[in-house]
Amino acid sequence: MNMSRRVFVESMLASGVATSLPSFAPPTTLRPPPPVSTALTINGRRHQLELDPRVTLLDLLREELDLTGTKKGCDHGQCGACTVLVNGRRINACLALAVAHDGDAVTTIEGLAEGEALHPVQAAFLEHDALQCGYCTPGQICSAVALLEEAAAGAVSAATPDVAQLAPVSLTDEEIRERMSGNLCRCGAYPNIVAAVRTASRRRSS
Amino acid sequence: MRPFAYARATDVQGALAAARDEEVMFLAGGTNLLDLMKTGVERPARLVDITRLPLGAIEERPAGLRLGALARNTDVADHPLVRTRYPVLSQAIVAGASPQLRNMATVGGNLLQRTRCPYFQEPSFAECNKRTPGSGCAARHGYHRMHAIVGHSEQCIATNPGDMAVALLVLDAVVQVVGPDGDRAIPIGEFHQLPGDTPHLDTGLRRGELVTAVDLPPPAVPRSSYLKVRDRASYAFALVSVAAVLDLDTQGVIRQARLALGGVAHKPWRVPEAEQVLIGRPAAEDAWRAAADVALPDARPLRDNAFKVELARRSLVRALTTTAALA
Repeated sequence: MNMSRRVFVESMLASGVATSLPSFAPPTTLRPPPPVSTALTINGRRHQLELDPRVTLLDLLREELDLTGTKKGCDHGQCGACTVLVNGRRINACLALAVAHDGDAVTTIEGLAEGEALHPVQAAFLEHDALQCGYCTPGQICSAVALLEEAAAGAVSAATPDVAQLAPVSLTDEEIRERMSGNLCRCGAYPNIVAAVRTASRRRSS
Repeated sequence: MRPFAYARATDVQGALAAARDEEVMFLAGGTNLLDLMKTGVERPARLVDITRLPLGAIEERPAGLRLGALARNTDVADHPLVRTRYPVLSQAIVAGASPQLRNMATVGGNLLQRTRCPYFQEPSFAECNKRTPGSGCAARHGYHRMHAIVGHSEQCIATNPGDMAVALLVLDAVVQVVGPDGDRAIPIGEFHQLPGDTPHLDTGLRRGELVTAVDLPPPAVPRSSYLKVRDRASYAFALVSVAAVLDLDTQGVIRQARLALGGVAHKPWRVPEAEQVLIGRPAAEDAWRAAADVALPDARPLRDNAFKVELARRSLVRALTTTAALA
C-alpha cells in the first residue's frame, strides 16, 4: 500500500473509523495481523496492551497476564467456565475479543477477595462444598456474584412467574438454577452450588 | 482463525464506509460470529467493531418503542416498557442462551445470528450448502431430529435458532436498516428468508447494510406469552417454540390472534391458518384444538423429526391456554 501510516490513519479517522492498522488489504498469508492498542483495567490494575486482534479476553487473561483462575472449558460459550465480570456484568470471556473491550473494567476470580478475606460467595462455596474437581468453580463463583447483583436490580429470568409484574426477585431454588444455567458442572455438584448461592443470597439480604 | 484486520467504528457513516468491500463483517456482541470464526465457518478479512456506535438506546416514541440495534438482550428483556407492554418479547429473550450470552448479544446481532445446524457448524463435514454452496447437505442423510419440518429445500434443512425474532414476528416489528444505497424499513416477516436454492443467505440484507434499530408498534393487544419446548430446561435450542398474542373482547370472544413458531423452519414461522380459525370463537379449549389442527398444513417432516409436527400443535394449545388465562 503506497500510503504512509499517518496518511492512512488520518483518512480512516476522517471516515469515522479509528484504527491503528497500517493496511486494510485482505491478508493473503497467515502472517499475524497488526497489533491493536487496547487499554484494560483488570482487577483494578490498568494495562496498556498491543494485541493481536484475534486474542480473546480469555486467552489474554490466561496466556499473557498469568491470571489462570479463569478457565477454558469449551471455548465456544457453552460451558461458562470462562465467566468474568466486565463493567460489573458477567460474560463469557472466550467469545469476547480483548481488543473490543478497550476501556473496560474486568474482574476475574482473582479480583473478588479483599486481601485474605474471601468474597461472601467464595466463602459460601467453601462452606457448602459446592465443588468436586473445581475446574468450573471460578466461573460458577463469578456468575453467582453477578446473579446476586442482577436479582437485586430486579432482572427477569425464564423462571420469573410474571415478567409484566415489576416485582422484586425472590431467589427460589428454581430461580437460582435457571440463573446459573450458563455454568455447567461435569461433576454434577449442582445441589451444593444452589445451596451456596442460596446462602450468599440470604446473607446479602439480611 | 483466519487473520483479520480490526477497526473500531466511531460513527455510522464511518462504519458503512469501512464495510463497502467484500469479506468485511460488523462485530457487535460477537457471540455467534466469534464462535464461527474459531472453527473457520466464518472467515472475514476485516472486522469493523460497531459496539461504540450510538445505537444502544431503548426509546419510547409516538409510533411505539424503538430498540437500538446495539441494545443488549438483557437490557431489552429487563426494560420496564418491554416487560409490561410486550411481555412475549421479554420472555422470549430470557428463554434463549444464558445470562452471560444475553449480556453480550445485541438486538441486531440476535437477528443476524446464523440460521444453522450442527453440520454447518462443523467443517469436517464437507457437505453443507449453507457453508459451501453446491457441496450438498450432510444433514439430509445424517441425524436431523432438530431440523426443519416446514419451508425447507433440497439444499438446506437448518432451523433459525433465535427466540427473540419469533416474538418480534407476532409483534409486527420493523427492522430499520441503513446502507450504501439508502435506508430501508423491513417488516420482520420479510427479514429472514427460506433456503430455496440460496441457503447461504439467511436474510435479505445486502452487502454493507447495517441494522440500526427494531421498531415495535404500540401494543394493541395486551395478552402475549412465549413457550419454549426443549430437551433440557434451560440453555438449549427449541425443538419447538410458540409466541402468542391474543386479543379478547369483554365476553371472552377472540378478536385477533397472532401466532408464530420457532425451531420449525429456516426462519420464524407464522401460522395464519390457526390465527384465522380463532377469530370470533370463545376463548376455550376447543378453539385452541381447532387452531392447532389446521396449523402447519404444509409440514414436510423428515425421517427423524416427524414428532415435531404433533409437538408444535400441542405447544400451540398450551401457549394459547396460558395466554388466554392472563389477566
